[in-house]
Amino acid sequence: MAEWEPVVGLEIHVQLKTRTKMFCRCESGFGAEPNTRTCPVCLGHPGTLPVPNAAAVEWTVKLGLALGCEIAGHALFHRKHYSYPDLAKGYQISQYDVPLCANGRFLVPGPDGDREIGIVRAHLEEDAAKNVHVGGAGGRIGGAAHTLVDYNRGGTPLVEIVTQPDLRSADEAKRFLQLLRQTIVELGISDAEMEKGTLRADANVSVRPRGADELRTRTELKNMNSFTYIARGIEAEVARQIEVWDSGGKVVQQTYDYHPETDALTVRRTKEEAEDYRYLPDPDLVPVEPPAELVERLRAEVPEAPGARIRRLEPQLGFELAEGLVASGRDRLYERTPGERRAVANVVMNQLAGAGIDPDAVDGDELGQLVEARDRIPRAAFLEALAHAGDPDFRAERYLAEAAVADVSELEPIVDDVLAAHPDEAAAYRRGKQGLLGFFVGQVMKRTQGKADAKVVNELLREKLSA
Amino acid sequence: MAISRDEVLHVAALARLELSDEEADRFTEQLGAILEAVSKVSELDLGDVEPLSHPLDLVNVWADDEPRPSLPLEAALGNAGEDEDGHFRVPPTGMTRES
Ligand SMILES: [Zn+2]
Repeated sequence: MAEWEPVVGLEIHVQLKTRTKMFCRCESGFGAEPNTRTCPVCLGHPGTLPVPNAAAVEWTVKLGLALGCEIAGHALFHRKHYSYPDLAKGYQISQYDVPLCANGRFLVPGPDGDREIGIVRAHLEEDAAKNVHVGGAGGRIGGAAHTLVDYNRGGTPLVEIVTQPDLRSADEAKRFLQLLRQTIVELGISDAEMEKGTLRADANVSVRPRGADELRTRTELKNMNSFTYIARGIEAEVARQIEVWDSGGKVVQQTYDYHPETDALTVRRTKEEAEDYRYLPDPDLVPVEPPAELVERLRAEVPEAPGARIRRLEPQLGFELAEGLVASGRDRLYERTPGERRAVANVVMNQLAGAGIDPDAVDGDELGQLVEARDRIPRAAFLEALAHAGDPDFRAERYLAEAAVADVSELEPIVDDVLAAHPDEAAAYRRGKQGLLGFFVGQVMKRTQGKADAKVVNELLREKLSA
Repeated sequence: MAISRDEVLHVAALARLELSDEEADRFTEQLGAILEAVSKVSELDLGDVEPLSHPLDLVNVWADDEPRPSLPLEAALGNAGEDEDGHFRVPPTGMTRES
């Protein structure tokens, strides 16, 4: 049996959070009553003219720069024709052979080294309207009695990003998407939330014998609305294809929907006729030629890439912690917090995140004082301080004054009580169940309302249990 | 003919247009005549000419991202054949379509 290697490319759509739509000045955004954010342009009335949104053009260029793309000196908008009610004009304005951004690279560090994922292109287009299928058996589209259309979303700006088939595992695809999402969020151009549909990703999947450089027939995977589902969908499709090849069959080019509840893949009903969009340059729109000074200004605004930051933090923290901090947008707080690096990283990544504190609201110097004192002050005081670390007037000082009980003469009777109350556990510990030490520490903390000095308690317990 | 009858029927199907036999014949002839006239351009040697996507000598026409009022709902739905619950109501659509 051959050993197989997944070959995966992604196609990502990002909804830009501009105030207005792509080609008219209707407000974009969600939550308005149906069809109350429409005008003759986005309803496709004859005789209207689209005018591009300058912010959307700038943001696309900025994203292209963050993805290491070349920015076109001359880009065009094309009409992509299809007849469907989610598109009032009978065509979508998109970009075709001359997109704004092309030929990029995006660094995805992994536990076993770095991967550079090629970016084929990033282009600007308008989103379609939302169709609601009503009535009919089971509410499935095929059985709908009729369709209701809400054009509020129609014409809002979307960036489409297409990667090279450079991803080699489901896990790598997930990590790529997490870092891409972080990049987009840091640029401030989209909320990029998969659950809300402001970030959508489809995957092109094929497999090949490991080490080969051929590209076999690929399938397209859709309908995955979380990073985890994307990884699971890719895994399921890779397994399916391996089975097809191994049993002497052939993979057929098709589009599949992934159903996370059942881990099943179903073939999507496709059009009988091959896709034929009859692209042509939109005569209503003149070319876009981003001025060099604009591109340079935007380049200066692009933050350091997440991949580069992980690589920079990895030597001090190890891959997992470095990636966790960067992918969750917590590394900047980590970097501005003084103190022992691993301790700071752990507090920022675990306790502070657990308390649900916005890392950008935290004063690094104040947090640094807390981290430094974390073994000296009562546990309860430390946790309470963390819960307030995002408050605008937070000062660590007030909590640092609370002294932990470190006096042996005060703690010793409590330790004795705890050991006397749990003779079975004490015996088990003496027989070698060293993991029970944490249990005893917890009991002592409980009796002191979290105010005992953890280090002194540990020492006392060890001493008495080995006696 | 610069375009075949089958091509005309294909394009009509993509546009969800139903053509009678007589219409298909007539449009094949008319579209053929237009394409033939335009194809005269290809008799010239244009190897050194840059493709032109727009006749105007203009680039970078865009607008600031400032909202302006949208249409009132009644006006928006004014041209709808049918509407329901503030939506345009259309015949059932047979397949999903993604951007
Ligand atoms: Zn509009």
